[in-house]
Parts: sequence; structure tokens; C-alpha cells
Amino acid sequence: MSKTTFTVNRDERQVMMERVFDAPRELVWKMITDPTYIPRWWGPEKYTTIVDKMDVQVGGSWRFINRDAEGNEFAFNGIYKEVEPPLRLVQTFNFEPIGPGHESTETAVLEETADGRTKMTMTSIAKSVEDFDGLVNSGMESGARETWERLAQLLSQQLTIADRV
Amino acid sequence: MDVFSALADPTRRRIVEILAMSGQLPASDIYKHFESTPPAISQHLKVLRQAEVVKMEKQAQQRLYTVNTAKVEEVEVWARRTVQLWSERFDRLEALLQEEMEEK
Repeated sequence: MSKTTFTVNRDERQVMMERVFDAPRELVWKMITDPTYIPRWWGPEKYTTIVDKMDVQVGGSWRFINRDAEGNEFAFNGIYKEVEPPLRLVQTFNFEPIGPGHESTETAVLEETADGRTKMTMTSIAKSVEDFDGLVNSGMESGARETWERLAQLLSQQLTIADRV
Repeated sequence: MDVFSALADPTRRRIVEILAMSGQLPASDIYKHFESTPPAISQHLKVLRQAEVVKMEKQAQQRLYTVNTAKVEEVEVWARRTVQLWSERFDRLEALLQEEMEEK
């Protein structure tokens, strides 16, 4: 069951999502910055998530790979822009199969609530959605079109919700 | 101009809503919904056309507009996907946090 609240700000090309966790802030920070924990929550259940790189410092890079049961792999990467433990983590985000130029920025902010819980706010900003449009136009070469179709397929697979609760 | 920017303006969003409800409208009918002058609305229609959010067809003397629903959906699709993805992650994070705390 999802207790995530969200707002979409089209003007800012931004989506903001919030969730309160029954855990202290330092522990939540650890879950999002320690490579031993990433594979246990970052990727959807049907994939194995492998941390290829995770250098959590300003300018450091990260790269995670999702692998399905057949061994197909696709990777995500980015650079850390701001690292302020245990409050704030800002990183860029790229989905490798679609190539450069489609980067978004993700900002995680952790706040302690009055009752010792942690509110996490995740803000995702799409740098340029015109690239989405460009990809689906007929002017696209067939190679890029295949990549786009594969992306759409992978994304819809990733986002199939199975409510296991 | 990309879809996001095209829809960032409230007047343009209102134009899209009107067209979504009416199906197809000549420009002259669209102007009637606004206090702004026709040239001002016409400029907004131009932006929406360039971003391919609306389509325009000329029939005799009229310019007929319809919403390009696929395009408008792309904006929503990105937002929805992002929310879904993070909702699921938060669920898993919550379960993981519980496990970690039980171990202590």
C-alpha cells in the first residue's frame, strides 16, 4: 500500500514525492547512500540491481545495473552534485539505453519529524522533455526508434505494480 | 518549444481544455472564450501548434484546431511514471528499514 504523496509542477517540469518512514534519519541516509543496501530497494522486484559504481561525494559518479531473469541488462548513471549528510543528496540521472541529452536531476531531502521519524522528499526534475518528443517523431533513424520502443517497453515493465502487501 | 513549456502557460492550458471538451473548433470560436484580444490568443495557438500540442487544419476560410492528445499525454506520462517508480521504491525502502531496525 502506498503512502506516498506527490505534486506535479508542470511549469518547473518537476515531480515531488514525499514519504514518512518509521526510522531515524541517519538510518534512512545510510539506506540511500550505502552500496550494500541499494540492491535491496532501488530496482523493481523482477530485476537484480547491481551497484557498478557509487562514489558518494560531490563530483563522484554512480552507476547501477538492472538485470532481468534472462540476463538482459540496462544501466543508469549520474554524478553527485550535492552531498550533505544526513540531510540532502542531489544527483543527476541518466538512463543509458537512450543515450546522452536526457538527463534529469534527483534531489532527496531528509527531515526529522517531531516524533523521531524521517520525512523523505524526493524531487525529480526533467531537464528537457523535448527530447521525448524528438524521439517519437518520424524523423528518427530506425536504430533510435528501436531504442525508444525498447525503453518504453522496459519502463512499462518496470512500472507494473504488483501489490504484495 | 517543448510540450512542458507550451503547457506552462495558464491561458494555453485553458485553450487545450476547451478543445479537449469540444473536439474541434475554429479559431474564431476559441477567441470567444477569452477576454484577451484575438491576436493574443492567436499567438498562444501558434505556440501550441509549434509544440505540436494542437493540430490545425484549414478548411475554406476557417482554421480548425484539435488537441494532439498523444503529445499532451507525454507530459503526464513522465510525471506518472516517476511517481510510480518512487512509490514502489519507498515501499521497498520501508520494508528494508523495518528489517534493519528489528535486527538491532
